[in-house]
Amino acid sequence: MIEVKDLKKNFDGTEILKGITTTFETGKVNLIIGQSGSGKTVFLKSLLNVYEPTSGTILFDGRDITKMTPLEKQELRAEIGTVFQGSALFDSMTVLDNISFPLDMFTNLTYREKKKRVIEVMGRVHLENASKKYPSEISGGMQKRVAIARAIVNNPKYLFCDEPNSGLDPYTSNIIDDLLLEITKEYNTTTIINSHDMNSVMTIGEKIVYLRLGVKEWEGNKDILITAGNKNLIDFVYSSELFKELREYLLDHNKTSIENIITKPKENEKDF
Amino acid sequence: MLKRLFEHIGTYIILVGNTLRAPQKMKVFMKDLMREIYDLGVNSFGLVVFTSMFVGAVVAIQMYNNFNASSFPIPNAFVGYATKVVLILEFSPTIISLILAGKVGSYIASSIGTMRVTEQIDALDIMGVNSANYLILPKILACVIFNPLLIALSICVGIIGAYFAGEFTGNWTSAEFISGVQMYMPTLFISYAFIKTLVFAFIIATIPAYFGYNVKGGSLEVGRASTQAVVWTMVFIIISELILTQMLLS
Repeated sequence: MIEVKDLKKNFDGTEILKGITTTFETGKVNLIIGQSGSGKTVFLKSLLNVYEPTSGTILFDGRDITKMTPLEKQELRAEIGTVFQGSALFDSMTVLDNISFPLDMFTNLTYREKKKRVIEVMGRVHLENASKKYPSEISGGMQKRVAIARAIVNNPKYLFCDEPNSGLDPYTSNIIDDLLLEITKEYNTTTIINSHDMNSVMTIGEKIVYLRLGVKEWEGNKDILITAGNKNLIDFVYSSELFKELREYLLDHNKTSIENIITKPKENEKDF
Repeated sequence: MLKRLFEHIGTYIILVGNTLRAPQKMKVFMKDLMREIYDLGVNSFGLVVFTSMFVGAVVAIQMYNNFNASSFPIPNAFVGYATKVVLILEFSPTIISLILAGKVGSYIASSIGTMRVTEQIDALDIMGVNSANYLILPKILACVIFNPLLIALSICVGIIGAYFAGEFTGNWTSAEFISGVQMYMPTLFISYAFIKTLVFAFIIATIPAYFGYNVKGGSLEVGRASTQAVVWTMVFIIISELILTQMLLS
């Protein structure tokens, strides 16, 4: 569990995060949503301590990252898996080397043990045939799956994803969403996803934090999002005609979930 | 202006401080070191051999012309001696280091800069890897280990180039040239050349790494950082040469 208390972050005197307090639970997919410029990325990077918070506390299962020594932070970060917006794969390494990198750096596993673990994880993200390829030789969707594999190979307790669906088509986005949800349940991680993809919000948002201009305006889950009364949130979530119509449909039919409406890929379709 | 300069110096010192630490994983470090020795050192062999061969020949021909124009006779053997001394004292350590600053410096700045703008360095930091140590230390060691070898190679190839210049022009005999090369020269000159090389190697690895590591923006900024890195590396090589010359030879 990650608890955030009154988190503030200033850049050159401008307050970007204005005292955010929330909790991200273990074994759940937690989504941070908001418009561009709402402070989502700053919030995520502050949680990871890439940006040093101006004030506030961030507790990783009771351990305050803001008060840790550099060595303690380094140890904590070995428990964190991160998927970046642009995947951030090491372009001089093959897919296999990218995924095994955390094992090389932080474990004393033998070559055989590492290989076994990497192959297991590659199978988990359906990347069996890409091990010898370089990041530049694979598609955007595959790069995201490599990034997810690299993030989970070391059995992290916390999984952070910054816009994992950016630049992907809706079909591939669905697959990535499902993968993140499955991994969260399977590894019991505290997963935090920064997203403005409404499809993700509606399908995997077990906990949703809505940020606007650096302030947490609303929090809840995908089911109560439908009936939320926050005007800014409604404007943001239902900014597309499709979602407006969907909201009207759901309200007319007295439904609070759209899970059964979104077409999910079948098992045999995932291996694209 | 002055404030920014001190900020740069401070950030550079902090970066070097973070870099010069024991590697987190020796096995990974050794693998990276071997790769950097190949990329930064072995890949520079051709450039060093080509440049040194021709410059050695040019230096020898200029020495011969100057000695011939002298008001008192200077034996041809001194062409070999003077060429050797010029190559050891100045050409090989300094000029080759300046050439390497262009080739290796731009490679280091652009490769690290690209990693910065594509969030690869952030990924390392968030994983708990000391990114400065992981990325820069192998480059520093590769330069410090391999540049002296390149400079030694440059001196030898320069002298061979000078020898062939005599053979082709017929201005001096090979016996005269060889006897000149064998003339006594203080061993301090050799020490001076290699001490300079080590300092320059450190500068060639760290200044471009600093510019690449701190780049902000996109590909345009990476290009700018790469150019700035080469310019400042050359400036610091020249300044440090003056200081080292005063310290070691005066």
